[in-house]
Amino acid sequence: MKTHGVKTHGVNKRVGILALQGDFEAHAQALARAGAEPVLVRTAAGMETVDGLIIPGGESTTMLKLLELMDLKEALRRFAARRPVFGTCAGAILLAAEVRNPAQECFALLDLTVERNAYGRQIASSIAQLEPAAAFEQRAGAGTLEAVFIRAPIIRRTGPEVHVLAEYKGNPVLVEQGRHVVATFHPELTQDSRVHELFLAKISPETI
Amino acid sequence: MILNDEQFRLKVGLAEMLKGGVIMDVVNAEQAVVAEKAGACAVMALERVPSDIRKDGGVARMSPVSKIREIQAAVSIPVMAKARIGHFMEARILEALEVDYIDESEVLTPADEEHHIAKRDFKVPFVCGARNLGEALRRIAEGAAMIRTKGEAGSGNIVEAVRHIRTIVKEMKHLTILGKEELVHEAKILGAPLDLVEWVAQHGRLPVPNFSAGGIATPADAALVMQLGAEACFVGSGIFKSEDPEARARAIVKAATYFNDPAKLLEASEELGMAMPGLDIAKLPEGELMQTRGW
Repeated sequence: MKTHGVKTHGVNKRVGILALQGDFEAHAQALARAGAEPVLVRTAAGMETVDGLIIPGGESTTMLKLLELMDLKEALRRFAARRPVFGTCAGAILLAAEVRNPAQECFALLDLTVERNAYGRQIASSIAQLEPAAAFEQRAGAGTLEAVFIRAPIIRRTGPEVHVLAEYKGNPVLVEQGRHVVATFHPELTQDSRVHELFLAKISPETI
Repeated sequence: MILNDEQFRLKVGLAEMLKGGVIMDVVNAEQAVVAEKAGACAVMALERVPSDIRKDGGVARMSPVSKIREIQAAVSIPVMAKARIGHFMEARILEALEVDYIDESEVLTPADEEHHIAKRDFKVPFVCGARNLGEALRRIAEGAAMIRTKGEAGSGNIVEAVRHIRTIVKEMKHLTILGKEELVHEAKILGAPLDLVEWVAQHGRLPVPNFSAGGIATPADAALVMQLGAEACFVGSGIFKSEDPEARARAIVKAATYFNDPAKLLEASEELGMAMPGLDIAKLPEGELMQTRGW
């Protein structure tokens, strides 16, 4: 377990996890380890009570369907206009500007083109040890990052305002643009809380 | 211990991604597309849905390869498929087909009346049914990365799924109050490996996701098993044997997410057609039960 991260990032921060479908419980545990207060969010009213929001791993098509059925799309856009959002895997797909394989609706919080299931089916899922960029290590702490890829998407294009924080086999896998963060892997399925801490540091008096 | 193995973590990882969702039985690409559009988090490919297997009789086998390929081509969500209990060669074929999960299922006619598949040797993950904690832990020891209740498939009757989830949860609670020497004795009674029994005693839950299946036919059924501790549900005959499969599929997806919100469950339960016809399990002859297959 990495202990270099600054544990004070999470103190007193209420962070929502969109709990429509997926591994929201794993994110709740990761947030608690990083020192924040996790809140499962399933309604627009619930979204209004948190300072940051995580869109977890799961099936992006299922999440989109429920966002539509429950009238949550506008609430998510309003939320993201001021407050930080962090997407992992399916969450990364929802936050992108363009989705391929197949094309589907997304929220364009980051200037990314994302290809779904780009490594292949479950049999191609893997765990990799990444060497994160210096920008990540300076802010979150040094050391390799264990990345769990499950039917993961690949980021095929990053816009000029996107900063790459880690790559795997030449493709960006952890990126940020302004207050939003995207990982194509699952930091919530490891004991290393540095990626969550990096996200928590984006919640500031200006974003609340 | 198997739980720390890298391959096993990946298998459990996909099951984690399916939580809070609904996995729907489909027999062809057309049904798979309906399921995906309604918000299914995965589909299960099979030759016939359980209620038809029950009605038609005969030997129920793995789905034809052409049907599975057709379903894989039609949807972007995970595609699972069923293999017969103990039929490790059906499983090898499904693995070569790159299905995302294999269900070693009592719904099909068992191929081996003594042994289940040695599931650790596979790269593709397995889900298995269980009626109690001992059965669940034996399957995990063999390599299953997800457990589901057996319920009574194709019955449209939730009573058996409720019995099985309640039994598993109660047996887990019981373990958490026992001392070390008592756990050894309990492992013997459960017929389960001691290291897994100790893990459950320490954590109060299964070491893999715990889903429910077998008899879910309405949004209320899905919410009930989620309230009792299931983390996602499988719906077999309940969708495509109902009057309006699209509306029912959407409603059950909604119910799995909002299982704790009666107002939203009411919304989900409105404007649905007729549910599938149900069977009184107490009146089924012993030989027609599917849940007693597997050991």
